[in-house]
Amino acid sequence: MDTLIDVRNLTTVFETEQGGSRVVDGVSFHVDSAEAVGLVGESGCGKSVTALSIMRLISSPGRIAGGEILFEGRNLLALSEKEMRKVRGNKISIVFQEPLTSLNPVFTCGEQVREAIALHQKVSRSESKTRAIEMLRLVRIPDPEKRYGAYPHQMSGGMRQRVMIAMALSCEPRLLIADEPTSALDVSVQGQVIELLCELQARLRMAVLLITHDLAVVAQMASRVIVMYAGSIVEEAPVRELFDATAHPYTQGLLGSIARLGQRSGPLSTIPGNVPDPFGLPPGCRFSDRCPRRFEKCSSAEPPLIDISPAHRSRCWLCGGRG
Amino acid sequence: MSRFLVRRLIQSVVLLFIVLTITFFLLRLAPGDPMSRYYNPDFSPEMARQVRESLGLDRPLIEQYFRWIRAFARGDFGESIRYQRPVRELLAEAIPNTLRLTIAALALHILVGIFLGVLSAARRYSPFDRVNTIAALFVYSIPEFWLALMLILVFSLKIHALPSSHMQSLDVEGMSALSLFLDRARHLVLPAFVLGIASAASTARYMRGSMLDVLREDYIRTARAKGLPENRVILKHALKNAALPVVTIIGLDLPFLLGGAVIVETIFSWPGMGRLAVDAIYARDYPVVLAINFVVAAIVIIANLLTDIAYGVLDPRITVGRGGGK
Repeated sequence: MDTLIDVRNLTTVFETEQGGSRVVDGVSFHVDSAEAVGLVGESGCGKSVTALSIMRLISSPGRIAGGEILFEGRNLLALSEKEMRKVRGNKISIVFQEPLTSLNPVFTCGEQVREAIALHQKVSRSESKTRAIEMLRLVRIPDPEKRYGAYPHQMSGGMRQRVMIAMALSCEPRLLIADEPTSALDVSVQGQVIELLCELQARLRMAVLLITHDLAVVAQMASRVIVMYAGSIVEEAPVRELFDATAHPYTQGLLGSIARLGQRSGPLSTIPGNVPDPFGLPPGCRFSDRCPRRFEKCSSAEPPLIDISPAHRSRCWLCGGRG
Repeated sequence: MSRFLVRRLIQSVVLLFIVLTITFFLLRLAPGDPMSRYYNPDFSPEMARQVRESLGLDRPLIEQYFRWIRAFARGDFGESIRYQRPVRELLAEAIPNTLRLTIAALALHILVGIFLGVLSAARRYSPFDRVNTIAALFVYSIPEFWLALMLILVFSLKIHALPSSHMQSLDVEGMSALSLFLDRARHLVLPAFVLGIASAASTARYMRGSMLDVLREDYIRTARAKGLPENRVILKHALKNAALPVVTIIGLDLPFLLGGAVIVETIFSWPGMGRLAVDAIYARDYPVVLAINFVVAAIVIIANLLTDIAYGVLDPRITVGRGGGK
């Protein structure tokens, strides 16, 4: 499969009074065409900032400090703002977490979808409206002609997220970034939205970068998983391998904190402590202060990403690396 | 919507009645009466008594009040004691002049205020924004009468660029329509500027703050993620949301505009309602004062009603006239 987007050594810094804070610190990964990749981690691990960096939507005080984002062979970070605007919403789209606040309250849902179409495609106003209604139908909004004129507050959370998806897919992007697309939705609606995304991904043959903290959602949709911790990638593996042969203690912790149906083996395990703030990173491995399996080496040097199998890498000294 | 209008209309009538009643009694509590200005050796107390009697001012206050209310309800504003002309005629001359001044000031207020506010927000912390902030604070802090005098000093007396008073030149006879228009426009510049600029400055500050709040919203990020250029993000997606609170402020500002017109009209000898009111108060010309109070109160009430309606037009989440909702 050909590589659609290749992120190399991406570093995004937020300027604070204490100095630059590396929220995304040298992240490298790729997504192939028509592939679904899950990007997983706790709140604050830098996964959303990675997504916004790809869109180049990081605003002050944040800035992309280094790296390359090769998309269809072009480095997005080297494009002019005008060229980048032709990529946004057209070749790469994004669906955000909170559909209510992500839709403009004073415009109709249909108009907000139509606007994206009119912006990137040379079509008449009535044609763009027809296509917008088609998009609403595609994401299975009932009675799309009528719902075209509805305002966001007149729709349910699930319907609003469908509008967001319609907007994002309206120009048939090559890559869809879904940033916690179901976290703000009712559990019953979450499944429907993920199913819809799966189906549309296959139908439109687009790549999806699914950002979430929910490993169940990843298992359902993605074929490969990237786990982030404190601004860097700690493990990367095909989805089955990640669940069956978990290599990194952090990933083990994440998996251990999931409730499983039919298992009544006492309270769920948790990972003690919090994601360290970027100024308080422990020496050596970033996870060492919370890791149940740390030893001396962990505090002295940060492990590299170590190959375990051709597609499985982990940033842990336990994986047989020689430092 | 129509039920809402009917309810508001009834409320407005009651409110007007209360305002007028308070004005009536307050005015009578003030010392002096319409005769004060006639006092001189030739005007005997006996003559004053006769005039008072002819005006009905010798009757008990409460009787005068009810007589006046009855006349008012019929639409009869009475006759000016000072000018011996129907108040209706005086108002018909003064109101259009005041409207010309206040509409020009309001246009300056809205256009300059929103324009500078949006620009300031879009270029936050730029030198432009900083200069704008200081200038707004400066303009807002200057009393209108002082600003008016300084502008007259500079533009009328030093560089002779603009007239210092009246609505038009004395020699307008035989002027073409165009030069008459230009002449009147030149007379309008200074008073309209003085009247509108302070509110424009405050609106610019509100607009900037409101705009900055909106620019932090998620849907602005969505608009950018669509690939919209920044000017369309600001002018389409942000402006409509940011304008909502500012519309209210502009609506609430109208009474101050009319109050300011009193000062500005007096300084610039503008033959409008404000100056008529000041003169009428000095002369204790009761019918004129009451009628002007009525007109101003009505304008303020109508402006508030229009503000509420504008809210419903701008924000689809607000349905004007229905209780509850979101």
